[in-house]
Amino acid sequence: MSASLEKGIHALKEVIDAPIASYFESCVHCGLCAEACLFYTETGDPKYTPIHKVEPLRRVYEQEYTLLGRLKKAVGLSKPVTDAELDQWQELVYDSCTMCGRCSLVCPVGNDIVYMIRKFREGMAVSGHVPDGIRSATKRTVEIGGPMGLKWPAVANVLRKAEESTGLTIPVDKEGSDYLVLLSSMEIVNYPEYIEALAKIFHKAGISFTLASDAFEATNAGIQIGNSDLAKVIVSRIVDAAERLKVKYVLSPECGHAYMAIRWEGPNLIGRPFGFEVVHVLELLDELRQKGVLKMKDKLKDPLILHDPCQIVRRGGVLQAPEPLIQQVAENYIPIADKQKWNWCCGGGGGASAIHTEEAEALRAKVFRIKKRQLEEAGVNTMVTFCANCRITIEEGLDHYEMNTKLLGLTELLAEHMED
Amino acid sequence: MNELQFLTWVRGPGLDIAVGIFLLGVLWRLFEIYSLGRKKDLAAPRQRSGASGLHTVFRRSLAPPGMLKRSPVSYIGGYIFHIGLAIVVFGFAPHILLIKNLTGLSWPGLPSQFIDLAAVVTMAAMVVVLVDRITKPAKRFLSTFEDWFTWAVTFLPVLTGWMAVQHLLLPYTTMLALHILSVEILLVVLPFTKLFHAFTLFGSRWYNGRVNAHKGVPV
Amino acid sequence: MQGPLIDTLARQGITRRTFLKYCATLASMMALPPAAGRAMAEAMAAARRPSVIWLPFQECTGCTESITRSHSPTLEGMIFDMISLDYQETLMAAAGHQAEEARHAAMKDNAGKYLLVVDGSIPLGLDGAYSCIGGRSNVDILKEAAEGAAAIVAMGSCASFGGIPKANPNPTGAVSVSDIIKDKPIVNIPGCPPIPVVMTGVLAHYLTFGSLPELDEKGRPKAFFGETIHDRCYRRPFYDQGKFAKTFDDEGARQGWCLFELGCKGPVTYNACATVKWNGGTSWPVESGHGCLGCSEPDFWDAGGFYKALSVPADPLKIAAAAAVAGAVAGVAVSFANRAKKNTAKQTHEPITVDDLEK
Repeated sequence: MSASLEKGIHALKEVIDAPIASYFESCVHCGLCAEACLFYTETGDPKYTPIHKVEPLRRVYEQEYTLLGRLKKAVGLSKPVTDAELDQWQELVYDSCTMCGRCSLVCPVGNDIVYMIRKFREGMAVSGHVPDGIRSATKRTVEIGGPMGLKWPAVANVLRKAEESTGLTIPVDKEGSDYLVLLSSMEIVNYPEYIEALAKIFHKAGISFTLASDAFEATNAGIQIGNSDLAKVIVSRIVDAAERLKVKYVLSPECGHAYMAIRWEGPNLIGRPFGFEVVHVLELLDELRQKGVLKMKDKLKDPLILHDPCQIVRRGGVLQAPEPLIQQVAENYIPIADKQKWNWCCGGGGGASAIHTEEAEALRAKVFRIKKRQLEEAGVNTMVTFCANCRITIEEGLDHYEMNTKLLGLTELLAEHMED
Repeated sequence: MNELQFLTWVRGPGLDIAVGIFLLGVLWRLFEIYSLGRKKDLAAPRQRSGASGLHTVFRRSLAPPGMLKRSPVSYIGGYIFHIGLAIVVFGFAPHILLIKNLTGLSWPGLPSQFIDLAAVVTMAAMVVVLVDRITKPAKRFLSTFEDWFTWAVTFLPVLTGWMAVQHLLLPYTTMLALHILSVEILLVVLPFTKLFHAFTLFGSRWYNGRVNAHKGVPV
Repeated sequence: MQGPLIDTLARQGITRRTFLKYCATLASMMALPPAAGRAMAEAMAAARRPSVIWLPFQECTGCTESITRSHSPTLEGMIFDMISLDYQETLMAAAGHQAEEARHAAMKDNAGKYLLVVDGSIPLGLDGAYSCIGGRSNVDILKEAAEGAAAIVAMGSCASFGGIPKANPNPTGAVSVSDIIKDKPIVNIPGCPPIPVVMTGVLAHYLTFGSLPELDEKGRPKAFFGETIHDRCYRRPFYDQGKFAKTFDDEGARQGWCLFELGCKGPVTYNACATVKWNGGTSWPVESGHGCLGCSEPDFWDAGGFYKALSVPADPLKIAAAAAVAGAVAGVAVSFANRAKKNTAKQTHEPITVDDLEK
């Protein structure tokens, strides 16, 4: 009830740093970032040029932290940032930016534009210019525990079902385990197979693990909306549980931004390094594969391509695990041109998939054409990925274009074909 | 003021003022930009070869995969005019002499016919890049007065220098003076416009490389 | 000496054929059509000698030396025979009042028709007192003599542009002829000293066609001042190849490489030295191993030093170092202000709750 422009500017003043300054001073308006952004390549609308999406941030930087900018503001050459303007930018900063970070890879002067977007969202969030979908997801995560409003009893229910179908015990709040397993609401609700797969793999590898009843949710809408205070509240639950249960590792689920939140933003949000390691599930699986624990009884024959989730691969650094894993389980894996750190986003990252306005959904459908093209060019009907959010977005896209493509999660696929 | 006095002024007080403003601007801006500092990244780093700030400083000079095809004019035109400028600025004997006089550093010059060719090619590339800016939607959308202005300020020294050598339009002395004046204008505006990327791009690439190298991603 | 010029020349052992060749050369040098050489020879041979008054002002007599002094009689020297030099302090036998009377007589007899030659600049400081002849200032004499002149020839850089007397700080207030006289045709023949053949070329043109040759915007005969020394220099190929003498006694200097780095002002000097050369075509400064000083250009003395290459600063950079320090100080000051501002923003940070996400 107290979001305001002043708060927004104040937040931006706090987060603007030397990299931001250097990036803005380096930009030569070459527009090459547009060529790396699916919202531009699929619509041809220049307003989606990534660097343009942070224009108000540039003006705040210029007016607050440069001598000439202050002068320009004083004589009226540089107009102050207004509420109306930020309102106009909301669509550019949330609906049409998935924080995929592909633009950061091509900028010839080296600007890390996604870094700028992340900081700009700090100002957008507290000035009240955020899509309702992301705002309510954030509220639910902070107030209830997860973006979908899921509570522990519901989770416990899902775990019980998994125990029944696998015949394995899924420990909860067990101190001294190796791994604290995190889940994302989307997996609990839409892909409970993931939990079963995980239980099977852990059992097979003989690794002890536990879930925490007060910290099962890995996702962090706080980093999507762009507010470090709220993101800290959310991530602290995991840190507290991990420390209380004295685990060695915290296992991030497939979900991309969850990994970003806990692995890379986490220590910076709470202001100290973690006493445990954060591992992405694919990193663990690849380690098991290398140890020979992850053996397959058979392989999937369908020709398929891989969709590398941005936050795990390009922005998360899990570059080398996915390919050997897919090759382990699929006979006809077809590598595509833009793979690994060069992948194209599904169009729903960075909180975008939580925005359910008509325009946002139409835009997501439009930019999905890039994934459609990749499938068509490879001539396959199967796509494998490893992020619950990507899966939802891709399912929607496939639905929209009435494609009969089969979409699979990598962990489940591995579990399905694993030796008993 | 006759043309020799004009030339003597641009070689004397004019140059002094321009170099002065340039140095003042560069130092002021560098402090202003880089003193803002940044937070230490507390997340446990992931090591990967090829990922570091320095790697990115160099790697980013090459077109990333697929990008050359998406925007050939930006890359080819950009390469030609940047390299062309470097050849003309650092390869022409009179320029080297100036640098030697100011800094003490010196190296052998290139034949003037080659410099002449490089200047013509550079100008052609700059015109192509300008046309690209006018015709490409994203580029035109981003363009402000500063973009056209800095283009002109960069183009004029090449044009006047070439015209002076070729004895076009105006007597050599006047053209030479105009050439030096145009370079002085370039020096004066450089620290305060996007032309400052000549300095900050190294910092920007390094930051980008550093931040991503922390996560083990070579960018 | 009375009678046509050709007879005089014959008496001095110069044949009609030699004279014709000379005129043809002169015509070609001035970029006139080939037939002009013969017309020139005929006109000059038959010319009635015009009266010439030569006024020396604030000068060093180098111009006069250049044109008149030579070991053997030259055609340039002979040309003086075709004019009636009624006043020339250095050359005339008369002196004092006699000389002044001769000048007055010539001015009166040939009013409106005589050619006025001036060498030396005209000092205007202290009402012209820095240079006087017979108690009268140069500026007075010039104004008086110019009134009845058909045209004026400013011989040398001083008369043309003020020259060395005008060099900074110009203590005498020296100016050129054209700074004072505005209503007469003036030909500037700059050079310190000027090339003799330019003088004779202008006189020949005047005698032949009754008019002055075509001039550029600085009043110089285009035929002689149309191109730079650099463009016609025989060392130019070395410049283009990037071969430069670095000192006056290095291998490059011995090889005859370009003198640009040693301060040659050839690129900005418009004169005919490279083609006409000096001393009867013997040599010229660059050929003898020294860069051009640019002596025929206005204010050449103040153009940044003879031994400084054209592309280096004319003066040492004075403010640059101070400006750099000022920039650093400004930068550090802004840095402190920025850091204070950012710290304040951080310290006044109010923790955000979910309620703060809405307006």
